Amino acid sequence: MPKITYITHDDKTHTIHVQNGLTVMEGAIQNDIPGIDADCGGGMSCATCHVYVSEEWLDKLPVKEDGEEDMLDMAFEPKKNSRLSCQLIVSDTLDGLVVNIPSKQG
Amino acid sequence: MIKTDVLIIGAGPTGLFCAHQLGIIGLSCEIVDNLDKAGGQCIELYPDKPIYDIPAIPECTGEELTNNLLKQIKPFNINFHLNQRVEELKKVNDRWNVKTNGNKEFDVASIVIAGGVGSFEPRKFPVKECEKFEGNSLFYAVKDKTIFKDKTISIFGGGDSALDWAIELSNTSKVNLIHRRDGFSGMESSVQKVKELNDQGKINLYTKYQLDSVEGENKINSVKIKHDNGEVKDIKSDYVLGFFGLIMQLGPILDWGLNIDKKKVEVNTENFETNINGIFAIGDICSYPGKLKLILSGFHEGALAARGCFRYAKPDEKLRFEFTTTSKAAQERLGIKSD
Repeated sequence: MPKITYITHDDKTHTIHVQNGLTVMEGAIQNDIPGIDADCGGGMSCATCHVYVSEEWLDKLPVKEDGEEDMLDMAFEPKKNSRLSCQLIVSDTLDGLVVNIPSKQG
Repeated sequence: MIKTDVLIIGAGPTGLFCAHQLGIIGLSCEIVDNLDKAGGQCIELYPDKPIYDIPAIPECTGEELTNNLLKQIKPFNINFHLNQRVEELKKVNDRWNVKTNGNKEFDVASIVIAGGVGSFEPRKFPVKECEKFEGNSLFYAVKDKTIFKDKTISIFGGGDSALDWAIELSNTSKVNLIHRRDGFSGMESSVQKVKELNDQGKINLYTKYQLDSVEGENKINSVKIKHDNGEVKDIKSDYVLGFFGLIMQLGPILDWGLNIDKKKVEVNTENFETNINGIFAIGDICSYPGKLKLILSGFHEGALAARGCFRYAKPDEKLRFEFTTTSKAAQERLGIKSD
């Protein structure tokens, strides 16, 4: 199972195995990793599963769908490496992915 | 003081259908919602997006679903109290006394919380010192546009609200529009209009900039904005407007003594009552083993919660199970004339 590392705002590192097919958001919710709210439940409608993807992973991720960038406009402190974790589906190619969780979701 | 059988908190699909179920069994209710319209997440987050999993409706939008639910409950003439957030809750003898932030008071036998993920509140600037100016020279909504006449306004955001206000206010004010990227989520025609106004010098458009800091004594007099590349610009501003959509906050419900885990209210699955007698929770806000966050689950939960409310509203009566196809009483409540 691919390993995903979540780094919370207080610099705590949580590395967990996430099943292929789940989203990076679901991996966090199911493992009680704090800082990802996912209010809309994965519908790309709320921007509360916002994460920063580490630089070396930026180009390896699936391209943003229409609408993800629009939602990121609403996110708390969006940056160039911002993504919505509900749009990142875990697969073997994402093994080792590192995401940083912002200090707040809104 | 408004006296009714049940107060429903939240006018999303789940709350609306629960109102229908209460009406069918002959209970009265009133609905409170913090938004300015009914529909909850359906209307606020995805009015135009299609939904494919409402039983017997192959496809509909959030707006269509809301309108159909409103049509379905029309016979019951239910009062909506919009732009109201429930604040206080007090038990008075066997009933509940509920107060909203708009000073409306309700005297009810039971309460159904259909609050989704919380009440919608504007998303705010991440910059801390913004709080100090909120309500005097920094706003997240426009209530009185006359105060902006002949002033310099810095508007942040890239959606329809930001674009529309930038265009509108550019007639009478000096407008800066600041957005974090070149693309906008607002309507294409508005984007074009803003670009034209920028070319004509009527709007100053700054893209790839975000708010860095606000300065001023009692009121804002300038803002610093920061480009993606780190460059900082100081621009004069009398007012700042931020349009970043809405976020859901659980709010005062957290303080009512309900069992809450991960922002969800725990309920039983027999009638969706919480740990407090007479308070029910349905839809996205409730949690129980096996909970599915689907609208159809909210409908089921609302039907059972409505029946759970009956014994609080009419303690001396017994509720008989009936079908709407054959029940004279239900049909009368629906305003259907029999021959």
